[in-house]
Amino acid sequence: MITLTINGKEQQLDVDPEMPLLWALRDHLNLTGTKFGCGAAQCGAFTVHIDGEAARSCSTMVGDAEGREIVTIEGLSGKVAEAVQAAWQKLDVVQCGYCQSGQIMSAITLLSANEKPTDEDINASMEGNICRCGTYVRIRDAIHEAAKALA
Amino acid sequence: MLIQNSQAIAPSRRSFLKGAGLSTSVFVLGSFVPFGRFAAAEGEAAAPAPAAAVFDPNMFLRIGSDDSVVVLCKHLEMGQGVSTGLATLVAEELDADWSKVGFDFAPNNPKVYNNLFFGSYIGTGGSTSMANSWNQMRQVGAAARAMFVAAAAKQWNVPAAEITVANAVLAHASGKSARFGELVEAAMQETVPTAVTLKDPKDWKYIGQPLPRLDSKGKTTGTATFAIDFRRPGMLTALVRRAPQFGATVKSIDDSDARKIKGVVDVVQIPSGIAVLANDTWAAMRGRDALKITWDNSLAETRSSDALVAEYRDLAATPGIVAANRGDAALGLGKASQSYEAEFTFPFLAHAPMEPLNCTIELTPDGAEIWAGSQFQSIDDYAVGQVLGVTPDKIRIHTLLGGGSFGRRANPMADWAVEAAQIAKAIGGKAPVHLLWTREDDIKGGYYRPMALHKVKAGVDEAGRIAGWQHTIVSKSIMIGTALEPMTVKDGVDATSVEGVSDTPYGIENLAVHVHNAKTAIPVLWWRSVGHSHTAHVMETTMDELAHLAGQDPLAFRLSYLKEGSRDAAVLKHVAEKAKWGQEMPKGMGRGIAYHMSFGSRVAMVAEVSVEAGALKVNRVIAAVDCGVAINPDVIAAQVEGAIGFALSAVLRNRVTFAEGVVEQGNFDDYEPTRIKEMPAVEVHVVPSAEAPTGIGEPGLPPLAPAIGNAVFAATGKRLRSLPFDLELLA
Repeated sequence: MITLTINGKEQQLDVDPEMPLLWALRDHLNLTGTKFGCGAAQCGAFTVHIDGEAARSCSTMVGDAEGREIVTIEGLSGKVAEAVQAAWQKLDVVQCGYCQSGQIMSAITLLSANEKPTDEDINASMEGNICRCGTYVRIRDAIHEAAKALA
Repeated sequence: MLIQNSQAIAPSRRSFLKGAGLSTSVFVLGSFVPFGRFAAAEGEAAAPAPAAAVFDPNMFLRIGSDDSVVVLCKHLEMGQGVSTGLATLVAEELDADWSKVGFDFAPNNPKVYNNLFFGSYIGTGGSTSMANSWNQMRQVGAAARAMFVAAAAKQWNVPAAEITVANAVLAHASGKSARFGELVEAAMQETVPTAVTLKDPKDWKYIGQPLPRLDSKGKTTGTATFAIDFRRPGMLTALVRRAPQFGATVKSIDDSDARKIKGVVDVVQIPSGIAVLANDTWAAMRGRDALKITWDNSLAETRSSDALVAEYRDLAATPGIVAANRGDAALGLGKASQSYEAEFTFPFLAHAPMEPLNCTIELTPDGAEIWAGSQFQSIDDYAVGQVLGVTPDKIRIHTLLGGGSFGRRANPMADWAVEAAQIAKAIGGKAPVHLLWTREDDIKGGYYRPMALHKVKAGVDEAGRIAGWQHTIVSKSIMIGTALEPMTVKDGVDATSVEGVSDTPYGIENLAVHVHNAKTAIPVLWWRSVGHSHTAHVMETTMDELAHLAGQDPLAFRLSYLKEGSRDAAVLKHVAEKAKWGQEMPKGMGRGIAYHMSFGSRVAMVAEVSVEAGALKVNRVIAAVDCGVAINPDVIAAQVEGAIGFALSAVLRNRVTFAEGVVEQGNFDDYEPTRIKEMPAVEVHVVPSAEAPTGIGEPGLPPLAPAIGNAVFAATGKRLRSLPFDLELLA
């Protein structure tokens, strides 16, 4: 049995400790907001927060996540998360939307550490999140918008 | 209160409403013969309603006692905003309250939900969704509105013409008013009007406004259900090991190690390979990795990319099938004072939507239910029916959000749906099956944008006019051999191989277009903007080169081949003005222009680039778009922004290549989409138009590559022709 703390709740899982956290979330806990895009830490659709930092659920083994605070898109709370989600909705960033959970998780990490990011800061911090629909112009704008709302 | 089907008005040629049988009063408006081309719907109306009322196959619209309006979306929402667009049309004519409008996906009943441009097929593609629904969805809204007005007129005993409707509230000068929700039951009793008058455009409240997307909230909170998120009790996840070379088949298999993996439930063979079924994805992955398969590649494609290019080049040197012929290109070229000859190559490209292909299927006593991001429901249900030996009407498709597609989910071969059905059949339907393709499966799995090679000979005369233009295209046909061949291939010419060249709006007097249908086992498919994804680049690069040979400004040169006052010319002029065309650029920077029409829409772009020490940076792209009435200008802008981001990866680096028939790429490390740091600033200008709407999902893509290439030429004097650009040429 592996005990994970996800979105503030302890969960018992009887799974292979080498299973990537992504599949534990999606297949065993029905937390499907975190997405499978590449399985190889290339795309960012898998982004969750582990101990407050953006992390790759597809390349984190369940066994290594034990005892750490895991937050998924479903468990977001707080000022920064609210500002980011509101900005995303205000600017209608999404198209297909599949990558956007991961984009939002990464944007929250960025804004938690950097209150007023420049375009260069955003490019550097969000580089690991692919959006195949190409919504990057609005992602940049929405991060600026959220920063403004938080100021 | 429950409205039973029996309370609906008796079906007739002119009307058939069906109650939804929900727990609250609901007004439903279904297909109505007078407004559509659904002659066949008459028989459907007489048929008994299905048991599950929410899937009433005749329904376009539900209005609840809480004023909620749910529009049944007959097209796949894959990011292009179609759910918001279709709902906008209904809400406009209904005078609904936008804050209470939502959507559901329509079931796969082709008699009601067919794409009016695709005959009897349900399907989303060719940027036709808004165009084919433009009148239909407005008529749905107008008919429903008329029925509410008629109901209110009766209750209030006033003339219908004196009743106004705004924001889902009906009102009369006498002071009487009612919400839609209060009149749902009464409106249901009204006859569907045989004709409706649509609003004058000056009275539009929603059409033309940047209404917020209906799918934004779910997609920003992790609650939206994509096909890959769907679960059935007892569902098994299936992964398939497919042959490394297209056309190879399984020779022998040892699955003993795979079956030992905890969680693996079964291993079955299907035509495309070996499927491993497991209780979860991780076990299926590990099980698949443990398979030992030998392949029979006697019929497989074993050539490498270089060999294919060489073969295409040889073909291009010979006369092909004539796709277009204006004037006499050879004679014209003979009179050219300066001429130009060039070759352009384009690689195979994977669509790589962010949500990998997947499909959930559950066999039922008489067919199957499918949950998928189905884009061509009428092909998917037919193909799955073929596998299971039943007719398409026995396959019920529940369409779910698609995490991108770019063409991949619409396959005339329905490959992924067919695989899912084959696996479900192979295990005797003992459990629901969720077929998942990994990213590697997707990149290596075929159905690519076909590789293409263009050869162009063109020249200008003493006066600087185009004297002649000979254009040869070599590409594998997308349509030949599919069910769509009769509709799209004429005398051996697949329109999707030559579109954008053979029908160029430029008034080139002497033009000859030839095509060769190359043969390879590598499966091909439309990829966002289809043939235009390569033809626009050749046309617009060549126009630029000819302008240069003629010593003319690239904008003025293009305009001189477009009709004065035409929409084409207007879009080009619009972008030139917005981009301040003609202004000097600093050293190392360049500005390039391109124009292309596709799917009935006209898009012109100016790209601004800088080239420093051999590195190319696209700084800004300014686009002007004429896609007819701009139903939602913000969605239009988003589609063009997105098309630029999507296209840029094909300009900069994407290619699927083969080494002895084996795909050399596999994931986002070696098939890397555009990343945020590469994304230019984008300005989209929508040119006002009163014409009927045309597509916007695809037309933003074609002009990008040539606009960038022409800008690089302006900055450096160097021509980049083949895609992806060989940036070493800039060093």
